[in-house]
Formats: sequence, structure tokens, C-alpha cells
Amino acid sequence: MQYFIQQLINGLTLGSIYGLIAIGYTMVYGIIGMINFAHGDIFMVGAFVALIVFLILGALFYSVPVVIALLIMMVVSMLLVSLYNWVIEKAAYRPLRGSFRLAPLITAIGMSIALSNFVQVTQGPRNKPIPPMISKVYDVYGISISLKQIVIVLVTAILLAIFWYVVNKTALGRAQRACEQDQKMAALLGVNVDRTISITFIIGASLAAVAGTLFLMYYGVVVFSDGFVPGVKAFTAAVLGGIGSIPGAVIGGLAIGFIESIWSAYFSIDYKDVAAFSILAIVLIFLPSGILGRPEVEKV
Amino acid sequence: MALAESSKVAGGENNIAKGLREAFYASLIAFFMFVLLIGLKTDQNIHNELILVPRWGLLAAVVALTAIGRFVHVIYIAPFLAEQKVVDAKSGLLPTTIAKRFFSKRNLIIGAVTAAVLLAVGNDIQAAVGPYWGVYVGMVRGFAIVYVIAWAIFYYRRFIGAHSYSIGFTLLVIYPVAMVALFGFQGSLKWVDNFGIQILIYVMLAWGLNIVVGLAGLLDLGYVAFYAVGAYSYALLGTHFGWSFWILLPAAGAMAALWGVILGFPVLRLRGDYLAIVTLAFGEIIRLVLINWREVTNGAAGISGVPKISFFGLISFNVSDPNYVAKVFGIAQSGAYYKIFLYYLILALCVLTAFVTVRLRSMPVGRAWEALREDEIACRSLGINTTTTKLTAFATGAMFGGFAGSFFAARQGFVSPESFIFLESAIILAIVVLGGMGSLGGIAVASVVMIGGTEILREMQFLKMIFGPDFTPELYRMLLFGVAMVIVMVWKPRGFVGSREPTAFLKERKAVSGEFTKEGHG
Repeated sequence: MQYFIQQLINGLTLGSIYGLIAIGYTMVYGIIGMINFAHGDIFMVGAFVALIVFLILGALFYSVPVVIALLIMMVVSMLLVSLYNWVIEKAAYRPLRGSFRLAPLITAIGMSIALSNFVQVTQGPRNKPIPPMISKVYDVYGISISLKQIVIVLVTAILLAIFWYVVNKTALGRAQRACEQDQKMAALLGVNVDRTISITFIIGASLAAVAGTLFLMYYGVVVFSDGFVPGVKAFTAAVLGGIGSIPGAVIGGLAIGFIESIWSAYFSIDYKDVAAFSILAIVLIFLPSGILGRPEVEKV
Repeated sequence: MALAESSKVAGGENNIAKGLREAFYASLIAFFMFVLLIGLKTDQNIHNELILVPRWGLLAAVVALTAIGRFVHVIYIAPFLAEQKVVDAKSGLLPTTIAKRFFSKRNLIIGAVTAAVLLAVGNDIQAAVGPYWGVYVGMVRGFAIVYVIAWAIFYYRRFIGAHSYSIGFTLLVIYPVAMVALFGFQGSLKWVDNFGIQILIYVMLAWGLNIVVGLAGLLDLGYVAFYAVGAYSYALLGTHFGWSFWILLPAAGAMAALWGVILGFPVLRLRGDYLAIVTLAFGEIIRLVLINWREVTNGAAGISGVPKISFFGLISFNVSDPNYVAKVFGIAQSGAYYKIFLYYLILALCVLTAFVTVRLRSMPVGRAWEALREDEIACRSLGINTTTTKLTAFATGAMFGGFAGSFFAARQGFVSPESFIFLESAIILAIVVLGGMGSLGGIAVASVVMIGGTEILREMQFLKMIFGPDFTPELYRMLLFGVAMVIVMVWKPRGFVGSREPTAFLKERKAVSGEFTKEGHG
């Protein structure tokens, strides 16, 4: 039982990171109906920015309290990565809006290849390890919970609360939901559609940047190709939860996290990704629009 | 780019002020984007700790280049393009007025004379001026030759357009012969293998995927799985049982087609992006199984010693065999014979793929695919069985992937899961879309441009001379590939060939713009 709960906690941690990335996918999909393949690499760039900020802090100051260091890493990473996503949206996706559906998908794949290779060229192809930032581990009735895990879950929860507030209670969120339903009508009613879409990309990127920072803190290592696997899994999570649905993305992320940690604990660690992908396929066969997705209405 | 409001008022103070402003913003954005990632490099010191190495000079250069690029774009390029759009709304790749000016008779004479002179005495000049300036001589020669060829293509474009397939095919057939004539057997190896065979493999894969994506409109992001199935079928059966390629080629195709059906079944109900993600997942599952099922596939280490292909058992390409090609014909030993044989083999396979695709398009099943792409509901209302239509598309596409895979295994002599990553699927899909979905010629052009273009970067040793010996153009290969994908897509969202020839028509056949055909919902 303890072992099982231990795995649940591990899964919760992993799922939080996936959930944060998945929101970026699902929001972009909801508003402009495209798979933003570069989002996984945006997450990786976030982790790299956090890494460099961490090293700068280490070089400039003798010692920085961990909380402050983490906060600075997150904020810088959020700002810079938002800038990246904003530029990418303007340069690669906006000119193709209203074009046929596969065109932005291809530019997104191109951007993903370009981003990961850009980081490889500028920062080198090696693994980048950092010393552990937080190493404290609590023991609760035989279940070990590390402080890192608590931080991850806490940060995710706070961000999700802020995010929920923004989407549901503010004018910005209303504009976003309006664009999601009908861009033309929203534009007629005075919503600045281009700006709303830009902001959507910025929000998605900042969540991914936080996820990248947390990822770096949790694993203590990052490499240029790290965008792909978490990206694909987060996208899987978004689809599993029902793409376009924000609570769905979080639920999907947690589901993927749980599946992965439980599968690697009880069956085989080699096949954990196979399990995650297989469950995706099985769920979609029975629920073709995901767990919380709206079924597609076919109009003739 | 999107920032540029295409101003119609060219010139004037106003425009320059705007250009400076935009350049300033661009440099600001570039500075913040690159300050950490280019300005500082993470490196490991001897204690294995990460340290930061500043590169402020490089950062300044990149920021300055961005600003200059932006300024030029706002002042000259954007108004120019806006003007051209109005003037030549209907002309092809390049607006004709500039093209005419660029390809003038005077320029041709200059280009031809330069090319001729440098072809005749270029090597002597290179020897005289030493390696540093010699590189530039070679570069000028290359540009002059390319210009003359481009000139010929431009002035005979009508003729080429009318006979594009036969001209393309003839060029492909004589390509290895020409390479051998130019560079000798040993020198031609690189051109036939790295360029010819590599590009043709991608052409075949893209044509295979075209059946699924371009004709049936099903978005498949895991096509590389079938390529892997074909490659491993040949590698495993060939190494364990020693069966011949000619038996295993159809077997690998059949195996891949079977997998196409197996993977196609569960996704029949899915549409659009759900289909995309599940096919991506299947592609990853197959790769992960190949990595982890060590007893059979030898895991990440892969299978080596995959047998070579023989000419129907009559002529062998193994030096030790009694019927080795050099012994049969009594010629000198060379690895080039095998490569040339492989080139013609993959060319034959490509022709087979094209032939089958063209024939299928005019058969009921091909028309059902295209109908499915245009409107699935209408399709069902007219009594087309969408289940079998989708499955045949998956199976046919997968079969060609399997053929290409078994050829790939034989050519490399080695297979490992490394060759079947998602990036490969993405590249193949990009080629299909960039070529203009559904157009065989456009796809072939796209693979020559994208694959040939990235391969040629390996050859650009002269860049080393310009940027210093530490500069390795290979590193930038995939970075440029990604950027090129974005630029080409933004420039021509419908791909290189944006029009289609309908297979069924009333009274007369005319090409329709790609704008009028749908891409399917999956």
C-alpha cells in the first residue's frame, strides 16, 4: 500500500509538469485549431534559460536562498520564453492563418526542429547537469516525499489557480473564450483577435517555462533534445483529456503521470512510454474525443 | 515579418524613419531572445561543473544582423514584394519582370564566359593563388555553372513544363553515368550514394505517404513505423535465414501493409488531429519496442551485417563470391558498381510507386480516396465503404514504406532504431506538404530541394575558409532545414505545385488551383 501511495505521489509530480505543458497545447488548439508542435521545444528552451540563470546567480553571488533563486529562474524564464513564443507566432503561424490546415502544422514542426537545433548549436550537444538545488526528503509513515515534489505540486496548484481566474473571471479570458467559439463574431463585437491569440501563446509559453524550470530542478539535468518526449507526452495528455478543454489537459496530464509511474513501478520501466501511448490509443478508440472533450458536431 | 504593414508609398523620409524604428524594435527583441542562449555558453570545466563562457561579440553580431535585416526588409523588400504581388498576381515562382531582368542575354554571356574560362583554367588558378583564395575561385565557378543551367531552364520553361516527367526521368537515368564520367568511379561514389540514393529513398517514402495524406486525406504522423517494419523484416529474415532480397522485398512490403491494416483498424473512427496523435503514438511504440525487445532486435545496438542485394542471384556484389561483378565482367574492383546498381534499383522502385499511384488514382479505389478527402459524409451517403477505403489507403501507403525500408536496410547493411525517429516522419510529411499534396512531380522537387539542400551543406567546405576552421556546416544542417521548412511554407502555403489535375472531369481536363481542393479531416 505504501509502495502504491509512493508511486501515486511520484505520478502526481510528473503529472503536474505534463499538465502545465499540456495547457499550452490545448489552449492553442482551442483558439486556432492547430497542433503547436514547437511547444515541447519551447518547454526545453525554458529549462535552458532557467539553467543559465541558475549559473549566473551562482557566479554572481556567494549564496542565494533557494526560494529566491527558483523565483528568479522562473520569472526570467517566463519572460524570455514568452518572447520566443510571441515571435514564433508572429513569424511562422500568423501569416498562415486562414490557410489550409496542414500549413501551420508543418511550420510548427519546422520551428520545433529549428529550436532544438538552435539550442544544440549554441549550447552544445552534451547533457547539462546542475548540483541539486533542494535535497530535503520527508518521511511520512514510510512514504518518502521530497521537498522538490512538494514544491512542484504547490507551484503547479498556485499557477493553475491564477490561470483559472484569468480564463474565467477576467475580460481577457472572456475574449479568449469568445475567439475560441467564433473568431469572426468576436472580431465584430470588438475583440482584438490577433492580440488575444498572441496573449494565448504568451500564457502557454509562460506555463511551459515554469514547467521547464521545475523539470530542471527535479531532474537536475537538461539536454537540447529534452523537448520532444515531454512535449509528445504532454500533447498526449491534452488529447487524452479532450483537446481544447483546459481542465481536460490537467486531468490528462495527471493521468499520464500516474500511468507512467505505476507502470514503471509494477511492470517494466522500459515500456512505460509504450504503456502511456497504448492507453492513449485505447481511450481514444472508446472515447474518440477524449475524456472531457466536446464531441465534434458534423454540419452538412 | 507580419509586423511589416506593406506600405505602398515607396521611398521618402517617413519610410526610413519607420525602417529605423522597426530595426530598433527587432534588435531589441533579438537582444532579449539571444542574450542568454547566444551571449553565454554553458561549458564543462575540468571538475565537471558547468561554467559560463561569455560570447558578447557573437551576440552583438547577431543583434546587428537582425537590425540590418529588418531595416532592409521594411525599406526595400516589403514594398517591393507588395508591388510585385499586384503586378504579377498570376505568374509562377518568381515574378516574371525580375526574372527577365535577371536572366538577360548579357548576364548569360558573362556567366557562360566565366564558367568556360574557370572550367578550362580554374584548377591552375587555384593552384597559383593557394587554398584560401582558391576556394572563392571554386565558388565563382559553381555559381556560374548553376546560373547557366538556371538560364536554360528559365528560357525553356514552357518546353520543360510540357515534358517535365520525361525530362526528369531521362535526367535520373543518366545521372550516375554522368557522375562517373565527371568524377570517375571512386569520385562518383559520394554523388550517387549520398545524393542520388538518399534523395530517391525520400522520394519513394514521400510518394508512399502521399497516398495516405495527399490522396486519402488521412494525417499520418507515424509513417516511419512502416519504414522500420520493412527494414527490420529484411534485416532479420535476411541475416537469420539468408533469404534473398528479391523474396524479402515483397515480403517486407506485405508485412508493412499488414501493419498498416493492424494500426489502421483502431483509428478508423478518429478524425483530424486525434488521428495524427495516435499515428504518432504508434510510430513511437514501434520504435520503443525495437529498442527494448533486445532478444529479437538486438536493442539500440541494431542489426549489422545485413546481406547485400544481388542481381537476381546472377551477379553478386560481395568481393569473395565467385560471381562477383568485377570477375564476371573482367573489370577492376570498385565499390561504386554496387552503389550504381542500388541507384537504379531504387529508381525502379520509385517508378513502380509512381506508376501504381497514377493508375490507382484513375481506378475506383483511388477515386474513393479522393472523395473521402473532399467530404467524408458525402462519401458515406453515396454508399462508399469508408472503412475499406481508409484501410486500403493505409495498407498501400505502408506497403511502399516497407519496400523503401527493406531497400534502406540493404543499402546501409545496418539497421538500428536510431534511423526511425519521429523526425523522419516529420521530414517525410514536410516533403509531401511542401511539394503540394497529391502532386508527384512537386513532391520529387521538394525532396531534391530539402534533402539535397541539407546534404550539400556537408560539401560546403569553403565556409570553413570564411568562418574559420572551427566552423562545421554539418551542425547547422538541421537548423537550416527547420528554418527552410518555415520559410517555404510561409512563402508558398500550397507547396511548390499548387495545382492539380483532376482524374474525373466533364468535357475537358484543366488544372485546378490547390485552393479548391480540400485536405481532408482525417
